[in-house]
Amino acid sequence: MIRARGLERRFGEKRVLEGLDLDVAAGETLLVTGPNGAGKSTLLALLAGLLAPTRGEVDVTVDRAEIGYLAHEPLVYRELTPLENLDLYGRLYRVGERRERIGMLLERFGLWEARHERVSTFSRGTAQRLALCRVLLHEPALLLLDEPYSGLDAEASVLVDEELGAPKGSRTVVLATHDPARLEGLATQRLALA
Amino acid sequence: MTQYVGDVAALARKDLLLELRARDTLPAMLLFVLSALVVFHFALPDGSSRLAAGGLLWVAIVFTALLGLGRAFVAERDQRVLDGLILAPSDRSAIWLAKAVSVLAFLAAAEAIALPAFGLFFAPVSRATVAAVVLADLGIAAVGTLFSAMAAASRARELLLPLLFLPPMIPLVIGGVGATVAEAPARYLGFLAAYDALFAILCWASFEYVVTE
Repeated sequence: MIRARGLERRFGEKRVLEGLDLDVAAGETLLVTGPNGAGKSTLLALLAGLLAPTRGEVDVTVDRAEIGYLAHEPLVYRELTPLENLDLYGRLYRVGERRERIGMLLERFGLWEARHERVSTFSRGTAQRLALCRVLLHEPALLLLDEPYSGLDAEASVLVDEELGAPKGSRTVVLATHDPARLEGLATQRLALA
Repeated sequence: MTQYVGDVAALARKDLLLELRARDTLPAMLLFVLSALVVFHFALPDGSSRLAAGGLLWVAIVFTALLGLGRAFVAERDQRVLDGLILAPSDRSAIWLAKAVSVLAFLAAAEAIALPAFGLFFAPVSRATVAAVVLADLGIAAVGTLFSAMAAASRARELLLPLLFLPPMIPLVIGGVGATVAEAPARYLGFLAAYDALFAILCWASFEYVVTE
């Protein structure tokens, strides 16, 4: 599903990835670890197609409609409510039975009561829950998750564990974290960036 | 096609809803255009020609548009929401078109104040002037939205947007002023319509390359 050869990305003079080769088959879970600045987020952005490599090539065989991308920011509008944000994304992603799917996700991630509140009033953790709802809304075949536990409390972290641990057919997951202990058991491949 | 129109409608509705909630673009545009016309009224010497007044109307319109365009992609930039939108499977030009529609709505609202104010302070507004303003708005929204998206990705966005936006506005100002003051405004209106058609197609086709690397 993912094939990268000689992948390199520079930001000005700074070289973040250097000649990275990567093969991830459908159904695998790749755990990407490394300290801050090692290039974990850059790798995910390259796989999502948000950045172009400076050198090398990356081939992701799924259409962008099948990618679920969790970034550091929740990628939602702060002045809209969770319901309005998810409805917008649901329309753009052509989610079938959109309202039911949104309702189910909001219930699951404990946001149903807050569905009419503006995101600007949310804590970091609550916004991260909404970001997870956004990522899972269209049931993507490829999940690109950058620090999925960031800001989450114990209850929400368990929900993420359940989501990642549950068998989802051939769903492929790429997880970036600087704290791999929690995700070690899920990984079928590991990539340590220096 | 139906899906494309649906995407544009959903995105434009979102922009209008955001403005209704945050109210950080339209009130500033309304105040600016009104203030500019008041200042021009007192700055222009008694007995100045209607040609000069017509020119000042277009200066006010262009700079009011610039003010609005500076905020057009603020919501997308702040939370990197644009990344989320461009990852969606919808045609990326729908993002540009929806944003252009909302910019057009804000411009129309600003001019609903500006034209009567111009009539009050300077001279009656002719039908040709109204037609020219409508046509110019289309061009401003099309070109301005594209450059606003380009500037939003830059750190020097406040500097970059005027540098990008003002040069292509010169033909619109020439056409607009011409339609406002000429005895036979038809050819100026035709020029504005041609500008709109050409630049709308160019901006629509190039937006995808602006928002992706």
